[in-house]
Amino acid sequence: MAGPRHISVSEASRPVLPRHAKLKYDETRQVWVILAPERVLAPDEIAVEVLQLCNGERNVGDVADQLAAKYAAPREAILTDVIAMLQDLADKGFLTEAREKTP
Amino acid sequence: MSDVLGNPIIPPDASDSLAVLEKQRSTAEAFGIPLAVLLEITHRCPLQCPYCSNPVELDRAGKELTTEEWKKVLSELAEIGVLQVHFSGGEPTARKDLVELVKHASDVGLYTNLITSAVLLTRDRLSDLADAGLCHVQISFQGTEEGLSDRVAGYKGAHLKKIEVAKLTRELDLPLTVNAVMHRQNLHQLPDIIQMAVDLDADRLEVANVQYYGWALKNRAALMPTVAQLDETTRLVEEARERLKGTLAIDYVVPDYYALRPKKCMGGWGRQFFNISPAGKVLPCHAAESITGLDFESVRSNHSIAWIWQNSEAFNRYRGTGWMKEPCKSCEFREIDFGGCRCQAFALTGDAANTDPACALSPLHETIFRQAEREAEGDTNRFLYRNFAGGTLEAETSESGENGA
Repeated sequence: MAGPRHISVSEASRPVLPRHAKLKYDETRQVWVILAPERVLAPDEIAVEVLQLCNGERNVGDVADQLAAKYAAPREAILTDVIAMLQDLADKGFLTEAREKTP
Repeated sequence: MSDVLGNPIIPPDASDSLAVLEKQRSTAEAFGIPLAVLLEITHRCPLQCPYCSNPVELDRAGKELTTEEWKKVLSELAEIGVLQVHFSGGEPTARKDLVELVKHASDVGLYTNLITSAVLLTRDRLSDLADAGLCHVQISFQGTEEGLSDRVAGYKGAHLKKIEVAKLTRELDLPLTVNAVMHRQNLHQLPDIIQMAVDLDADRLEVANVQYYGWALKNRAALMPTVAQLDETTRLVEEARERLKGTLAIDYVVPDYYALRPKKCMGGWGRQFFNISPAGKVLPCHAAESITGLDFESVRSNHSIAWIWQNSEAFNRYRGTGWMKEPCKSCEFREIDFGGCRCQAFALTGDAANTDPACALSPLHETIFRQAEREAEGDTNRFLYRNFAGGTLEAETSESGENGA
């Protein structure tokens, strides 16, 4: 069963797209899309990059680290943007969190 | 079958980084292949809902496309750029080959959605569908308790079966949409329906007011809500949307008789939607066959689906604005709503090229609005059930009594 529905995205979250939201490159239209029930979302380039990094293993802080290094940009600004983007996706119901691993 | 499909859904607050694809597309691209296609794989259905959205003339089982024909259709759709398919009906689970079709759709890369009444589903079948790659399940509900729900569906035991299958859906970790078709006789249950969707752990709820063409038009007097009911519905939906943000997404389809502006039906005729009927006809909307005098091409013809979409006479007839008469022709909203719904215009005025009477600018609007108001306040509650027998009038009972429910 899915975890708690309302996700609050933070630096420690380890988000991942749920089974019903599929990130895919649309060859016909040459754009990235997220396929979801009765919706086709068109994420922008940054959103695609963030989502490709969100594998349920990395946390949001790790994602911000990677992007900050890659673009030589201030980490805090990137973190704020990444959290806002993921929270928006979570509020629409298209994001889930990897469950805590029990040791 | 979902009425909400008639109105491609756009979330109210799509942010810049997650725009909805339909919204982004320029007019020049507007006749590109649709993102999603509705497949009505059969008209057979054990339910007899009085607002059935299938055409009044149903395709018999013998006319249905074969398994191989549907597979060919699915491959062709994926090839030309369709991303999602909705398996619908009738009742799609009445087809014995549904698992095979879902498997094939998944294999060719399509996102698959099942739109079902759920009454024919078992744990094993649903599990097989999940294994075949099914992405999402939408179950229709007629109310929140057996009495009213089974009466509307014309099928004893329907409600409890639906609840059972909804739970199975979530146990299999499939996402669930609850589709609730609303009308005068069940709108009082809306707060409970919203709670039921939360309790069933649904991701989405569609609150879809009945649209009055096809079979529903025959039952309009028994279904039409009052203005007061609608105001209350809108208030309840807005309150629940805010309260359940992130828990349950709610899509809301208003009945257009009480609107001032018509709906942009199908996103405009032949602009972003088509469906395929059980017999393989490619249609601009699932009610289009109700418009007489239009010839719809079939996937069994020599033409490709892409050719039919782009070139066939039926798709081009009401595309764009060139076909319009006054008051649409010179209206500032003509590219906003495309004159509303062609099927409703045909059903109510006899000419699909007339302005949809849901529009306040239609000369018929006032008459139809008053008629709806009168019907809503009336006490005709008996249903004319929908079935292959040509329809059955509900027996007189205390619930359907002419003194009101």
